[in-house]
Amino acid sequence: MNNRYRVRRILGRAGMYAAALAVLLFAVFPVYWVLATALRPTGEIFTREPTLFPGELTLEHFERVLSGVLIPGTSFWSFLTNSLVVTVGSVTVAALVSLLAAVAVARFRFSLRGAFILMLMVIQMVPVEALIISLFVNFFHLGRTLDMELVNNLSGVFVVYVAVALPITILMVRNFVAAVPKSLEEAAAIDGASGWTIFWRILMPLVAPGLGAASIFAFITAWNEFLVAFTFLQNNTGAYTLPISLQYYFGAVSVEWGSVMAASTLLTVPVMIFFLLVQRRMVSGLTMGAVKG
Amino acid sequence: MTKVEGPPAVVPEPPEERSRAAARLTVHRRRRLTPYLLILPALTILALVLLWPILQMLWMSLHSYGLQQLQGQQAEWNSFAHYLDVLTDERFWEIFRNTIVVCLAMVALTMLLGTLVGLLLHKLPNWASTVLGLGLMLAWATPVISAAIVHRWLFDTRYGLVNAVLGALPDWLVGGGWQDFNWFNSPVTLFPILVVTVVWQSFPFVAISVLAGLKSIPGDLYEAVRIDGAGAWKSFWNVTFPMLRPLFALLLVLQIIWDFRIFTQLFILAGGVSNRDVALIPTYIYQLGFASTPPNYGMGSAIAVIMTVLVLAISAYYLRVMIHQEEAR
Repeated sequence: MNNRYRVRRILGRAGMYAAALAVLLFAVFPVYWVLATALRPTGEIFTREPTLFPGELTLEHFERVLSGVLIPGTSFWSFLTNSLVVTVGSVTVAALVSLLAAVAVARFRFSLRGAFILMLMVIQMVPVEALIISLFVNFFHLGRTLDMELVNNLSGVFVVYVAVALPITILMVRNFVAAVPKSLEEAAAIDGASGWTIFWRILMPLVAPGLGAASIFAFITAWNEFLVAFTFLQNNTGAYTLPISLQYYFGAVSVEWGSVMAASTLLTVPVMIFFLLVQRRMVSGLTMGAVKG
Repeated sequence: MTKVEGPPAVVPEPPEERSRAAARLTVHRRRRLTPYLLILPALTILALVLLWPILQMLWMSLHSYGLQQLQGQQAEWNSFAHYLDVLTDERFWEIFRNTIVVCLAMVALTMLLGTLVGLLLHKLPNWASTVLGLGLMLAWATPVISAAIVHRWLFDTRYGLVNAVLGALPDWLVGGGWQDFNWFNSPVTLFPILVVTVVWQSFPFVAISVLAGLKSIPGDLYEAVRIDGAGAWKSFWNVTFPMLRPLFALLLVLQIIWDFRIFTQLFILAGGVSNRDVALIPTYIYQLGFASTPPNYGMGSAIAVIMTVLVLAISAYYLRVMIHQEEAR
């Protein structure tokens, strides 16, 4: 009896580890395959008998991507610059604008407060995939009225990214603002500090980590964004962001898988780093309150 | 659109007339105006970039709207012709049905796998749980476009790993003819790959959320059912599930909304949007707007309106939970 129990326990344990290993392989394998393809010579890629491990390691694909010979007239560095400008820029603007709105929502009672919060929640549910046609038409017309190019140009994408980031950033940041005890501000006010001093000296340092986390969240979203950039920038290779450029490499007449995978790696690395920084908050931010803790 | 009135301008009073009561009033008024000034930038951007296009989408869906109208010609009211066309179009219903089926498959697999892996993470000793967690993070953090491209590469017709492996396995096990097998032309083979691609990226989120939920359940509850002689299956349904019901509901709604919107993965796997056999609602909208000659913005908008209404209806639960929390504040 006792023996049978022990055997079952050992078998259960083995099964558990086997399952864990299977899940791990399933999760990691595609990521490994990106790297393995990016790092092996072309001859090992275009073969009917691919091997699991590269027989030889090479950086030739990375060199091809970085030197821009892949598709004449384009350059990885310009894609990277575009991506950085549009994501860092839009996230910064969104963070500033959100911070103001978050303070309003967390610290003031005003008659439109409820309506404003409801609008944020509803608007963040409206899928960009549905809006894409009217976004394009809208920016096309707006550009005409203002006599500037908003489509085929990074500025339109920039503005859309700011707007898309706002609702979730405001909703996240106001939680952090609300968590700062009011008594701190009141104490400062009694000592004669002005509204701005209280904001910069008391509130900001305490809210900054939360604002940073929310911004990283927005950064990842914008960095990976495909549809809006693809729709707006299609005819202007000079304005391509990294995800669009990846599609461009990929859509080339004959796909150079090694280079595509190298470019894919370069796109992924910054996200992975940021992801590890905020992974805890990513879960709690999305399922806020559903877990009692 | 209900346009929010801008804050009325504060008229500065000449200092000599300023009585104490007036000063208090100004302070009071300023205090009242501050929140509106603070939300003004956010409101302006949202109104111009998202709210206005939402209205425009509704408007275009009710008018004949194509290239000429984009260039400035007057658009004509067409008394719901787009909606009538769409709702009587068999092609639309086929795409609609495919979207629902593919979406449900993704959601079901993601929830099932995610929950099982969440339970596994909870049971594993710390070191193993951390290692597996890191692995999950890799899949989760991969940009959508990279995930789509690597799956396209794995299933590549000529040099893909999957075809090579299937070709090398004995025919009695997997059948023959895998050499140069094209996975991407027909819905029967393409949609399963799409499902795998999407589930691969979304189950880690569910797993880690479930793990967080499991950690919050007090251990003595399990102790109690174990004394009653319950096994793992029973203790899941009698303790874990009821305790995590709100979490599961929330995850379910989020997954449905996210999977309903899948665009990039399908765009990459199908090599564009021209193959209508493998279209789903988001790619169909895109095709009508940007890949048809001539583009039909009106019709695309009508389908977009239908999609938006569906997504909002599904997210009503999520919104209700959020609003409840709002009131509880």
